[in-house]
Amino acid sequence: MKHELLEKNATLLLIFSFLVVTIGGLVQIAPLFYLQNTIEKVEGMRPYTPLELAGRNVYVREGCYTCHSQMIRPFRDEVERYGHYSLAAESQYDHPFQWGSKRTGPDLARVGNRYSDDWHREHLANPRNVVPESVMPGYAYLYDNDVKLEGFGRHLKVNAMVGVPYSNEMIENAEADMKAQATGENTDGFMERYPKAQARDFDGNPARVTEMDAMVAYLQMLGTLVDFSTFKTELEPR
Amino acid sequence: MGSGSLVQMGLWVLLAIIAITMGAKAEDAPFAVHMFIFAGAAILALIFKARSFGKPAAETTGYLDGVVRWGAIITVFWGVVGFLVGLVIALQLAYPDLLTNIEWLNFGRLRPLHTSAVVFAFGGNALICTSFYVVQRTNRTRLALGNLAWFVFWGYQLFIVLAATGYLMGVTEGREYAEPEWHVDLWLTVVWVAYFLVFFGTLLQRKEPHIYVANWFYLSFIVTIAMLHIVNNLSIPVSFFGSKSYSVFSGVQDALTQWWYGHNAVGFFLTAGFLGMMYYFIPKRADRPVYSYRLSIVHFWSLIFLYIWAGPHHLHYTALPDWAQTLGMVFSIMLWMPSWGGMINGLMTLSGAWDKLRTDPVLRMMVISVAFYGMSTFEGPMMSIKAVNSLSHYTDWTIGHVHSGALGWVGMISMGCMYHLIPRLWGQKEVYSLRLVSWHVWLSTLGIVVYASAMWVSGIMQGLMWREYDDQGFLVYSFAETVAAMHPYYVIRAFGGALFLVGALIMVYNLYRTVWGRSPVTQNVGVISAAA
Repeated sequence: MKHELLEKNATLLLIFSFLVVTIGGLVQIAPLFYLQNTIEKVEGMRPYTPLELAGRNVYVREGCYTCHSQMIRPFRDEVERYGHYSLAAESQYDHPFQWGSKRTGPDLARVGNRYSDDWHREHLANPRNVVPESVMPGYAYLYDNDVKLEGFGRHLKVNAMVGVPYSNEMIENAEADMKAQATGENTDGFMERYPKAQARDFDGNPARVTEMDAMVAYLQMLGTLVDFSTFKTELEPR
Repeated sequence: MGSGSLVQMGLWVLLAIIAITMGAKAEDAPFAVHMFIFAGAAILALIFKARSFGKPAAETTGYLDGVVRWGAIITVFWGVVGFLVGLVIALQLAYPDLLTNIEWLNFGRLRPLHTSAVVFAFGGNALICTSFYVVQRTNRTRLALGNLAWFVFWGYQLFIVLAATGYLMGVTEGREYAEPEWHVDLWLTVVWVAYFLVFFGTLLQRKEPHIYVANWFYLSFIVTIAMLHIVNNLSIPVSFFGSKSYSVFSGVQDALTQWWYGHNAVGFFLTAGFLGMMYYFIPKRADRPVYSYRLSIVHFWSLIFLYIWAGPHHLHYTALPDWAQTLGMVFSIMLWMPSWGGMINGLMTLSGAWDKLRTDPVLRMMVISVAFYGMSTFEGPMMSIKAVNSLSHYTDWTIGHVHSGALGWVGMISMGCMYHLIPRLWGQKEVYSLRLVSWHVWLSTLGIVVYASAMWVSGIMQGLMWREYDDQGFLVYSFAETVAAMHPYYVIRAFGGALFLVGALIMVYNLYRTVWGRSPVTQNVGVISAAA
């Protein structure tokens, strides 16, 4: 074998080694973008409301993904503990994905509507008040931080640019929709744009739209969108 | 030198003005902080350049080792920082009220700081520093492109400072090991291209007909990391005056792109580059040639070809299509072979020199690191088998696995190289105290064993508790109960980490005594001396 050729020519070595490392990614990743069955068709998925998106940004900012997964695997124990296993469709609007890789805390893919807003607030502010065994840090400062409403439409706009189906109407009404969802008032237009969304005062302080509002709104909708009554479930054996 | 310097100074002025303008118009505080740090760095560069203006050009006949010396010192510094933050977050998991409710110091923000500090700050500087040293020696030529190597060095430190301060302020893209936001990513891209140019340029102007094997690994590491970094970080900023961006990929595609990146941050950053170190420093230290030339060829090509496929094993049983998971598993298992081929090539290099392990603790450290490499690269393929992964995934077992690789392989080979390199860069034959090196070796080894064992027990135990059913068919344990069961192991793990940190502090003292009061020594190009 004439390996000597590569050892004596830096440019050839560069080109060859680069070609060799591109193959795996091309074969594995590229098909995911055009194979139709990568993401199954389901009923009920919608983009995040502006308030939920703001909450999700807090979730990302605080590094929640370092301890919580959002990906339920198709095993009996996981399905009984957390709910139906996660579908690809459920994270199709997630830029970035937050499937996680570690469960220092439980999976959150379907935590929505499992606990009250009160529970979430108390738990976020001081986790060990409600779960004595918890090792989670406290996030009481979310009460103090206002969500920046002004110009939030741009967040939706950028999401639309990368493929999330936000309409112009949604983008234009982003600020009003945030207020409506966080107060539960004047929600007609909001409910039309985001059917079945939950609108109320999430943080117990109707005067302000805080990051606690956003965070709880996000947690309360996680995993609640897809209608599973029409979906065929198959579990993996352990 | 005159006009070139003027152009450079003009560029720094321009960069400083742009950064100050963007900082002034910033829409969020962290972005303003970042822009002002950036402006400060540009002004420092300008002052430095202006002070040397008009002075005669520096001597360029010898190797460019100043940048290697700084690299060695900063490697040790960031290593200690990274280990320390690791110990803090380990203690936070054992004693959760530690630093809780402080926005900047919560676990979720410190954890990326820890991983980036050890991988990119400690590991990255070790790689840049040793690659600059090795590429000059093995090609008998000075680093190419003048002072660009210095730009790479300082530019990389700026990247680290921006990334680290960003994490503390909550600036993150939210994907493991790719957390820095768009503006920091752009800066790293510039620095990385410069790094590539220096390294490749040096290869092109070599005085040796053959390119030595260590350089193949370094080259492939640099090129592949560029590809991974650029593709995985494709994102659109919400505003050019703000730190937030959204990834262009979503959900399942984002997941696989991220783990294609993430696993090959392990494969190329933490493996290929460090194998480059192994292929240079172990033969040097043992004073023996590499065991098998043929094996190193097979090792190189099979390793870089197979590694890139292994990403999907981070996504077993998720919503990633089955075919991709299976491909990932098969290639991960195959990867065991080149990994062990490399380990054998490293270890067998000691043929005829095994007795040196008794007398030379630096060589002992390198050999133990290769042994840990062998262990982790057996454990990894095993954990990529879907049936094993169904138990190990989401548990501390993964954390233990990562640390036997990161502390054992990456940490110990790097620190072994520093023990070899630093005395030579300051004209010394050996470090201040080999006895202290020996203490470091055994403290680290013990620390890693304690750490990994604690994580095996806690990981497997938690995995089994999650799936435990009673005879009525109900889940036995609530999640909170499994968390409580982890406590003793989290304490033991922190103790293991503390041992490793103490070892590193001994190294700091030892190296400080080695270089204190000594002058740097410039070696002439092409001189092959026992000391080199």
